[in-house]
Amino acid sequence: MAQTRRSYLVDPLVDNNPITLQVLGICSALAVTSSLQVSFVMALAVTFVTAFSSMFISMLRNYIPSSIRIIVQMVIIASLVILVDQVLKAYLYDVSKTLSVFVGLIITNCIVMGRAEAFAMKNPPIDSFIDGIGNGLGYGLILMLVGFIRELFGAGTLFGFTVLPTVTNGGWYVPNGMLLLPPSAFFIIGLLIWGFRTWKPEQVEETEYKIQHLEEAH
Amino acid sequence: MKALRSIFDKIEPHFERGGKYNKYYALYEAVESFFYSPKTVSTVAPHARSYTDMKRIMIYVFLAAMPCAIFGMWNTGHNANVALAALGPDAVSGWRFALMDWLGFGLNPDSILACLFNGFLWFLPIYAVTMIVGLFWEILFAVIRGHEVNEGFFVTSILYVLILPASTPLWQVALGISFGVVIGKEVFGGTGKNFLNPALVGRAFLYFAYPAQMSGDSVWTPVDGFSGATALAVTASDGVQALAGQGITWWSAFLGTIQGSMGETSALACMIGLAFLMVTKIANWRLIVGCMGGMIGFSLLLNLIGSDTNPMFGMSWYWHFVLGGYAFGLAFMVTEPVSASHTNVGRYWYGALIGFMVVMIRVINPAFPEGMMLAILFANIFAPLIDYFVVRANIARRAKRNA
Repeated sequence: MAQTRRSYLVDPLVDNNPITLQVLGICSALAVTSSLQVSFVMALAVTFVTAFSSMFISMLRNYIPSSIRIIVQMVIIASLVILVDQVLKAYLYDVSKTLSVFVGLIITNCIVMGRAEAFAMKNPPIDSFIDGIGNGLGYGLILMLVGFIRELFGAGTLFGFTVLPTVTNGGWYVPNGMLLLPPSAFFIIGLLIWGFRTWKPEQVEETEYKIQHLEEAH
Repeated sequence: MKALRSIFDKIEPHFERGGKYNKYYALYEAVESFFYSPKTVSTVAPHARSYTDMKRIMIYVFLAAMPCAIFGMWNTGHNANVALAALGPDAVSGWRFALMDWLGFGLNPDSILACLFNGFLWFLPIYAVTMIVGLFWEILFAVIRGHEVNEGFFVTSILYVLILPASTPLWQVALGISFGVVIGKEVFGGTGKNFLNPALVGRAFLYFAYPAQMSGDSVWTPVDGFSGATALAVTASDGVQALAGQGITWWSAFLGTIQGSMGETSALACMIGLAFLMVTKIANWRLIVGCMGGMIGFSLLLNLIGSDTNPMFGMSWYWHFVLGGYAFGLAFMVTEPVSASHTNVGRYWYGALIGFMVVMIRVINPAFPEGMMLAILFANIFAPLIDYFVVRANIARRAKRNA
């Protein structure tokens, strides 16, 4: 069991990453990664919600009627999200304002629902909890990578500390304004997926068709 | 030439399969086909005969862009020299002006040669950086992916340079062309498989990443301390009537002696290029008709509607035609065969979509005074969809006819 539990935790980091392999949870990854601090809080929030919702759903899995299981799952997830939202508002008010609706939207985050449906409904609570942590961390890893690139090159800072002094503040670095716009996360995630699949070719999907070569070019 | 041929023949075996430099075949092929026409011939049917090949098309487009490039150099130099004359000798700084002085050209705004040379000194570094950085990416992908370096890059590079402001920092030029070539073209499989125009992708990247160096009043004429808004920006704030106060008439805008990116100000030069492309049948006339129709139709509609608060509503179509990047985009970007629609009916729609969008962005969107770049990229994305519907409609019609 130890081996499988370890794989529940480690697999979603690279080999079965929810963002780069399954391409889930993209909307929030585009929206909240403009700075590292916000990405970090978001990653923690999603990890917390995924882990505990998977655990509770797994505990109840034998009592949930199949026809209304989505509703039951939603109730559990929503309660946890509200909990996270309240804690953020109480202790990290600024961050919660930047995150705005995206905390509430964790409810609809495909990763949370996906793990509940695909894993927690079929596995015991502790395994589900670890699986939830693993997927949350896999999501968080990509969020932090994207946030790192966007904040460093878009604003010249990391966690709000100046790393590359910008020209407006008398430094030399001309910040790349596009990185502060959400579409840039799209490019970065695309490039990350490209990088991951070059590193691990088994992640590449099979091509739907093959271009035929009638004759050799040379 | 014979000596050159024999050099190629001598080194060719090393690059063939099994040779020691096989990895660099793409590089060899690129240099060889730059000097000689490619010798690959098709051996299986169908045999289509045509005088054009990729190399010839690309060279024609390159030649068609030359009037814009030459006029752009003169205009850049002229505007710079006029600004310097107005600002006085204290504003003269930088190696270009020192070189001009040393060579005895001086900074006389009335001398065509002095203006041309001054503009050339702004054009050349940007073009050199574009070529070096762009070719680096092209060759890298060609070597790794095993395809050939394509002549298409010559076109991308010249068009990209012509739509940049003369004062663009060189590192931004490098970054923009890298983004354009890699994200706009190579990730989709290289020349012929790109669905966006790579030159515009690079320009759009810079536009959103570094708006301070890509838009505003002080970037068009490369003289410190000089500020001159583009004609479109003036129109956006005060209406077409205000242009007369700036000394801009329709004819000066048509000739192109106004502020703007290096090669796009002159509608006349663009039309010469376009005429050449149409005579050689590289530009498809349906795209032009569609694009003009969409622009004229929608701007006439907006003229009719009118607006008390937005002076752009009153801008007539012949002003839309000469200001901003419309003429340049029409001649060189709309007509680009790869990223446009491929069906004849689709070409009208594709062109009309661009014409409509450019007026829409210029007039109704308050954020961007210029819209040609965004309009073309927008239509690029829709081109395959337009083709899809045209093909579906054809199938439906034929099914009905034969039912």
